[in-house]
Amino acid sequence: MSPWQNFIKGFIKENPVFVLVLGTCPTLAVTTSVANAIGMGLSTTFVLVTSNIAIAALKDFIPDKVRIPCFIVVIASFVTIVDLVMAGFFQVIHSQLGIFIPLIVVNCIVLGRAEAYAAKNSLLPSAIDGLSMGLGFTFALLILSTVREALGEGSFLGHKFIHSDGILFFILAPGAFIVFGYVIAIINRLNRCKK
Amino acid sequence: MSKKPSTFFNMVWTLFIISFFSSAALGFVYELTKGPIAKATLEKKIRAIQEVVPAFDNNPLEEVYKVDVDAGTLFFYPAKKQDKLVGTAVETFTTKGFSGTIKLMVGLLPDGTINKIVVVEAHETPGLGDKIKSEKSNFSKQFMSKNPSVFMLKVKKDGGSVDAITAATISSRAFCDAVTRACQSYKKELKK
Repeated sequence: MSPWQNFIKGFIKENPVFVLVLGTCPTLAVTTSVANAIGMGLSTTFVLVTSNIAIAALKDFIPDKVRIPCFIVVIASFVTIVDLVMAGFFQVIHSQLGIFIPLIVVNCIVLGRAEAYAAKNSLLPSAIDGLSMGLGFTFALLILSTVREALGEGSFLGHKFIHSDGILFFILAPGAFIVFGYVIAIINRLNRCKK
Repeated sequence: MSKKPSTFFNMVWTLFIISFFSSAALGFVYELTKGPIAKATLEKKIRAIQEVVPAFDNNPLEEVYKVDVDAGTLFFYPAKKQDKLVGTAVETFTTKGFSGTIKLMVGLLPDGTINKIVVVEAHETPGLGDKIKSEKSNFSKQFMSKNPSVFMLKVKKDGGSVDAITAATISSRAFCDAVTRACQSYKKELKK
C-alpha cells in the first residue's frame, strides 16, 4: 500500500466510524455541535498519531501477553498530556472541550489502531495510519454534527441561519442514532459502487 | 509480533519501565503547566467577579470570606468602591447537576437583588444542559435584577417563576438550587 493510499483510506474506505464502526460512543455524544466535533476530532488525531508512533517504536520491547496494558498506559499518558497542555495554554478551547478530552482514552479507535496496525508496522506507516484514521474520525464527526446542528438548532458553527428553535429531536440521542444510521447506509452504498 | 517472550520477569519488567517513563513524563508536564493553569484559573475567577458585580476598586480576592453550608463551602467576594459595598460575588455550587458539580458566580447587590450570574464550571450535556451558560442561551439572563423575595427561584414546573431550558429541566433545577443557596446564605450573613 502506497503512503498516499494509506493516508486516504481513513476517509471513506476504512473510515473508523462509518465502516469499522469504532468509537461510536464519543461520536454520538459530541456531535451535537460542529465546534465540539472539530475540537474532539483534532485532539483524537493528535493522540492517535503520537500513540501510534510510540507503540510502533516500542513494539519489539513489549511482550505479547501484556501488550494491552502497555498500550493503555501509553495512550492514557498522551491524553493526560493533551489535557494539561490545553488547560494551561489554550484555556478557551479547554473550557469548551474539557469533558471530552479524558474520553479519548476509552475511544476504541485509538487502542484499535495500536493493536491492529501500529503493533505490526514500522514507524512511518503507523504515523500515517494514525493521521489517516484521526482525520477520518474528524471527517465523520463533521458530517454528523453538521446535519444534527443544522436540523436541531438551525445553525452552523453557532451561526444561526434559521431563526427558530429547530428540531430538538436531532440534538438528543435518538436523533444521533438516526442520522448515524442514514450516513452509514450512504457510505456503504458508496463503497459498494466503487467495487 | 513481539521478539521478547512473555515470561513472568519480562512482563513485570516491561510494565514497570513503561509505567515509570509515563509517570515521569506526566510529572514533568504537570510541573510545566501548573503555573499557567493556576494563573488561568485565577484570571477566570477575577473575570467572573468583574462580570457579575458593578464596577469596584478594591481587590475582592483579598477580602474573601468563606461560609460553610450543608454540603460544602461558599466563597463571598465583597466588591467595594471607595470603601462602600457595591455588591458581593458569591461563588456557589450544586451537586444536583446532570453530570457533576456546577459552580456559579452569583453577583448580588447589597439589598440581595441578583445582579448577574455566570457559570464558572459545568459539565452539562453540550447542546442541552450547557444552555445555562450565558453565551449559549438567554436562560441565565432571566435572573438579572430579580429579587429572590418576590422572584421564586424554582422552575415553573415546581411552582416557581423560572422558565426552564427545554429538555434540560434537571440542569435548570440545579442552576436554581445553586442560586438559592447563594441567596439564602447571603441573607443569613446580612443578619449577622
